[in-house]
Amino acid sequence: MAETIALSQLSTGAAAELVSFPLNGSAFLRLREMGMLPGTSITLMRVAPLGDPIEIKVRGYNLTLRKSEADHIQVRPIATP
Amino acid sequence: MSLPAHGHKPARAPVYAFVGNPNCGKSTLFNALTGLKQKIGNYPGVTVERKIGTAYSQHGQPMTVIDLPGAYSLAARSPDEAVTRDVLLGRRTNDTEMPDRIVCIVDGSNLERNLYLVHQILDLGRPMILVINMMDLVESAGLKIRISRLEQELGIPVIPAQASRGKGHIELKVAMSRADLPLPKHRWDVPAAIAPAAAELQASLQDHDQKPPLIARAEALLLLTDLNPVRVAGSQQLSARTAAILEHWKRQWHDEGTDWSGTLVGARYDAIGKLAEQTVESSARVTDQSTSDKIDAVVTHGLWGWVTLGAIMTALFLSIFTLAEHPMNWIDAGTVVLADGIKGLMSPGDLRDLITDGVIAGVGGIVIFLPQILILFFFIGLLESTGYMARAAFIMDRLMGKVGLNGKSFIPLLSSYACAIPGIMATRTIEDPKDRLVTILVAPFMSCSARLPVYLLMIAALLPPGETSLFIRVGLMILMYALGTIGAFGFAWLFKRTLLRGEPPLMIMELPPYRVPRIKDVSLQMAERGGIFLRRAGTIILAISIVLWGLTTYPKSGDDVRPGEQVAQSYAGQAGHLIEPLIKPLGFNWEIGIGLISSFAAREVFVSATSIVFNVEEDDEDTAPLLEALRQATWPDGRPLFTPLVCLTLMIFYVFAMQCVSTLAVVKRETNSWRWPLFQVGYQTGFAWLICLVVYQTGTALGF
Repeated sequence: MAETIALSQLSTGAAAELVSFPLNGSAFLRLREMGMLPGTSITLMRVAPLGDPIEIKVRGYNLTLRKSEADHIQVRPIATP
Repeated sequence: MSLPAHGHKPARAPVYAFVGNPNCGKSTLFNALTGLKQKIGNYPGVTVERKIGTAYSQHGQPMTVIDLPGAYSLAARSPDEAVTRDVLLGRRTNDTEMPDRIVCIVDGSNLERNLYLVHQILDLGRPMILVINMMDLVESAGLKIRISRLEQELGIPVIPAQASRGKGHIELKVAMSRADLPLPKHRWDVPAAIAPAAAELQASLQDHDQKPPLIARAEALLLLTDLNPVRVAGSQQLSARTAAILEHWKRQWHDEGTDWSGTLVGARYDAIGKLAEQTVESSARVTDQSTSDKIDAVVTHGLWGWVTLGAIMTALFLSIFTLAEHPMNWIDAGTVVLADGIKGLMSPGDLRDLITDGVIAGVGGIVIFLPQILILFFFIGLLESTGYMARAAFIMDRLMGKVGLNGKSFIPLLSSYACAIPGIMATRTIEDPKDRLVTILVAPFMSCSARLPVYLLMIAALLPPGETSLFIRVGLMILMYALGTIGAFGFAWLFKRTLLRGEPPLMIMELPPYRVPRIKDVSLQMAERGGIFLRRAGTIILAISIVLWGLTTYPKSGDDVRPGEQVAQSYAGQAGHLIEPLIKPLGFNWEIGIGLISSFAAREVFVSATSIVFNVEEDDEDTAPLLEALRQATWPDGRPLFTPLVCLTLMIFYVFAMQCVSTLAVVKRETNSWRWPLFQVGYQTGFAWLICLVVYQTGTALGF
């Protein structure tokens, strides 16, 4: 089983499974309500030209969030075949 | 208050609410069903657009349709979402009827996330219709939604639609016409860990907060979703008993380490997952690279992204200044013809002058900007409906983040280079109220097109006659635009750290798939916004035009004086003299003071006002006589008035000072009080005065 890393550390194009969120912070509630839950798979689509924010694909749609949030979200990379 | 009885035909027109996530095609469907029978305004107390229309049933009966703002959740995070929640929960019955029936619109290609909001609304147990929109995208993604199975599972009519092509409209209308719309079968188990709390809260909300049972249940579940109960309660404070129960449970969960909010959200998604498993078939493996992703690979690329942004912005400004030119000339000519016509019809006198020189000239001076404003509204609508707006915000977020704003402030600020009014009206896409307010407060620093004539005149007056150094001209112009931009960002930084401190801004934003814009919807929106501007600003502009005319006309000094002398001893001239001590430290005399006062109608009026003051026949094409007059103007002691330093100081004053009544009227509308527009007059003009004082005094000391 692969190590968990912060979502912000994921490389572009890589897929991962969401592991955990901090319990507090209203940003994370909204991310959950947008369908990011433990077990949900996520693909890092791209990083904005200036390095922040990042764009991910989750449940078939594209979502942006800043690295300051992504730093606190733990994911487990899924080995791509 | 009780829930409307279902099944009976109400005597009044039934009220429907259209609800859905942003970008689900809700407004297209609303426009198609209600046509032009829409009433657009604001919800009282907040600046959230309120759209109510009338549709007609199969039998020709009117049905009221409320197009609620797009929302991702009933656990509202923005003023828009709060309105949607409050209308659905019957908290706004003093201004908006509680809907009898709810039409949920979802984007079929993004079913799971869209169903989250639907799942919350199902809790309300009210008659409902589900519209699955974007069926074309569902097909192209290789998905198949079994509509009849979904109907079976939810117990409500489910209608597949493609709103942009008119598919599904009739079916929806038929469903809406049904007298016996069924109640949803909504079976889901609140997770065991929080079920007792939900039950206890519901009972308390019924007993102590006087909520009807189903609403109480829905509110209890919202209290168990959002970490902040004050935000859920909105304007209706929780009773002490309910708050105590909630506090008790939260403490217990905290000690046990239970993630109650996450559990509840997770349970909803589990239920949605099961529903999707039963109703959605995926015939092909969904490819990771959709068309939108391919476009994004270019549009948000490290190099091509900037090229695209630059090209779009260039096209925007080119079209504002070229396409608007002809209509502006027509309006200009039209006002002249109208004024001349009235002059021919009426006998000379104050009333005639009031109509021609006051009302027509004054209002015409603002309406002349209408073509530019409309083009800007059209472009902003186009950028919104294609999905590019979100990309621009994505690219610019880092830069805007440096001053504490987020990427969504970029387009409003950029639009303000043409005119602050559409820019300020475009701030509605910014969810965070403080970010939005900061953007509104600094937007007028961006040099708008009404400042251009002033800059041009002053640059011409500043440079020695005959000599035409293009380099200096262009350089000065760029300097003015740069000063305004730096001012805007500097004050945004300052406000975010002092006056409007808030949580660090978030950039949780959906990047919707690219869509071909519907010109009809964009045009309708443009017309609506243009109408709002005219209605809002129109009355104030009319009043100001009349006041300004009165100030320059009275008291009369006799029939044979020259216009300049008349102005000099009029109230405006007196006011100019009155403020002279205030503006003298900036190098301005009372004659310039008259120009500054007149600029409150529109900044460009400075040019015509100074023409009158210096007795120059006004001529739009040729400013040479005016320039000559400016060069000969002197202080009483013979010193020249318009020294290069004074011209520069005056330009800087125009960069920073708040002088536009139309903008103030729009800010009043967008912030719902006179407090912020008055604050803008104070801080902008105060800052302008201060910086001009520094520039002029330093310049004088250095011998310029």
